[in-house]
Amino acid sequence: MQFGVFTVGDVTPDPTTGRVPTEAERIKAMVTIAQKAEEVGLDVFATGEHHNEPFVPSSPTTLLGFVAARTSRLVLSTATTLITTNDPVRIAEEYAMLQHLADGRVDLTLGRGNTAPVYPWFGQDIRQGINLAVENYALLHRLWREHVVDWQGRFRTPLQGFTSTPRPLDGVPPFVWHGSIRSPEIAEQAAYYGDGFFANHIFWPAEHTQRMVGLYRQRFEHYGHGSADQAVVGLGGQVFVRANSQDAVREFRPYFDNAPVYGHGPSLEEFSAQTPLTVGSPQQVIERTLGFREYIGDYQRQLFLIDHAGLPLKTVLEQLDILGEQVVPVLRREFDALRPAHVPDAPTHASLRAARDAATATTEAATTAAGAGATP
Amino acid sequence: MSTRRVVAVSAGLSQPSSTRLLADRLAATTTAALTRGRHPAAGPSATGPDVEVEVVELRRHAHEIVDAMLTGFAPAPLRTVLDAVGGADGLIAVTPVFSASYSGLFKSFFDVLDRDALTGTPVLLGATGGSARHSLVLEHALRPLFAHLRALVVPTAVFAAPEDWAGGEGALAERIERAGAELAAQVALHEPAAAPDPFALTTSFEQLLARD
Repeated sequence: MQFGVFTVGDVTPDPTTGRVPTEAERIKAMVTIAQKAEEVGLDVFATGEHHNEPFVPSSPTTLLGFVAARTSRLVLSTATTLITTNDPVRIAEEYAMLQHLADGRVDLTLGRGNTAPVYPWFGQDIRQGINLAVENYALLHRLWREHVVDWQGRFRTPLQGFTSTPRPLDGVPPFVWHGSIRSPEIAEQAAYYGDGFFANHIFWPAEHTQRMVGLYRQRFEHYGHGSADQAVVGLGGQVFVRANSQDAVREFRPYFDNAPVYGHGPSLEEFSAQTPLTVGSPQQVIERTLGFREYIGDYQRQLFLIDHAGLPLKTVLEQLDILGEQVVPVLRREFDALRPAHVPDAPTHASLRAARDAATATTEAATTAAGAGATP
Repeated sequence: MSTRRVVAVSAGLSQPSSTRLLADRLAATTTAALTRGRHPAAGPSATGPDVEVEVVELRRHAHEIVDAMLTGFAPAPLRTVLDAVGGADGLIAVTPVFSASYSGLFKSFFDVLDRDALTGTPVLLGATGGSARHSLVLEHALRPLFAHLRALVVPTAVFAAPEDWAGGEGALAERIERAGAELAAQVALHEPAAAPDPFALTTSFEQLLARD
């Protein structure tokens, strides 16, 4: 099972000091967090994509390319890449390029984005959100798999004789997760292609995630990619950990109370009961996170949000130390012990390449055997 | 005949509340008209269906309504109420008049209600106020709101000013009786409602792809 962190990349004042990091500080902090994630033994770093203040990550492959050069093992991902307002041709090219530079340590999570003006700023209509996600991904999927593409759709200019370059590393496209909070069409899309489904899971009641993942698993089996429990599921989670749970609550409360998204609404205690937010000791985070599989089933990737709401970099790095030393090793052991043998790990470039090679060998063997049989 | 569910939503804040009192009276006449079968579809001798009535006081859910606005999801107790309203065969919606319109709490509740939750639902409107001069609030504020929600609003809406509770000519009781009968007739005409499920898949992926 993979563990990692995902960042929104928000520039938020620290509510305890009023200090606002500069964009340069925030961007460099994201790099430091990614490097630290690898150092403490996590597997994945994922960045959001935004085109409005107060967020800095408008160019995910620039950030991830830089992180790729400074890490050696970390899988670089997104949370999420906007499949609605980005040109699918540019996604195909940029992430294939990143894949080469990072020696295959790349996958991506596609999402629609929820900031209404971003659609018109990029020439699109938010009311076409689902249709954009469907058409753009259908093109992206072909661009990574077919050398020369002729294509015509509703939302972008047609293509005749187009080849997206560079070609995916080893001819193996990056693995794709589809993220959605409550659009069943996106769970259906992930199932149709046999791709992964990533549930944001934070900010929302667990029942939403349970319904969406359940639908994705059922449809994954329907489309013949394997049994429902072999579908590839990733989950978000939001934690703040200190050795003592009282210390965690005391320290995190001002950040919670003033946070974008949910601040000035429910109390920390109410929100912790209503959503997967866990503020407490390492043991509490371990127990809560292990509980996710009781309503999601065995899953492949767990990403934590730990650097939002104005938390200073020093605190975030301490969180990573605690996660790496006291939380993730236990979770890894416990999840692995609980997972049946037929449930796969999260796909990596190496596993996808091996699967492709095995499939090719089987086909060739069949062709050779048929050819031999036909020889008089 | 199957059980019909009627939900009455009261946005009254004081306790006791005349808004709640009006909601209760409207619910009682609606129930009586339904169970007596006194509506054109059933005929005079038919017996009506069993009726379940739930009265919701928004005051009890005021904090949850604000939380739902801020977080984007309803806490569990409010979720239960929203599901009940979405699955109701008939809705009675009653608000006090604040600053010449429905109260902010009343509007906020319908703001956090799921889209399409009231589409085609028979609705009876009521309002209370300190003066009968506000009675047209039903027509210029409430009726357009429920038209937007695509609800089926019955013709008679009931306004209760302080003097109405004294009875007399054009009495409140008669208007309540008429309004309840109108709602009962609509509830009886419609098939029992099922609450819409936002997570239900209504299209296959082949259909989504073909839309292009």
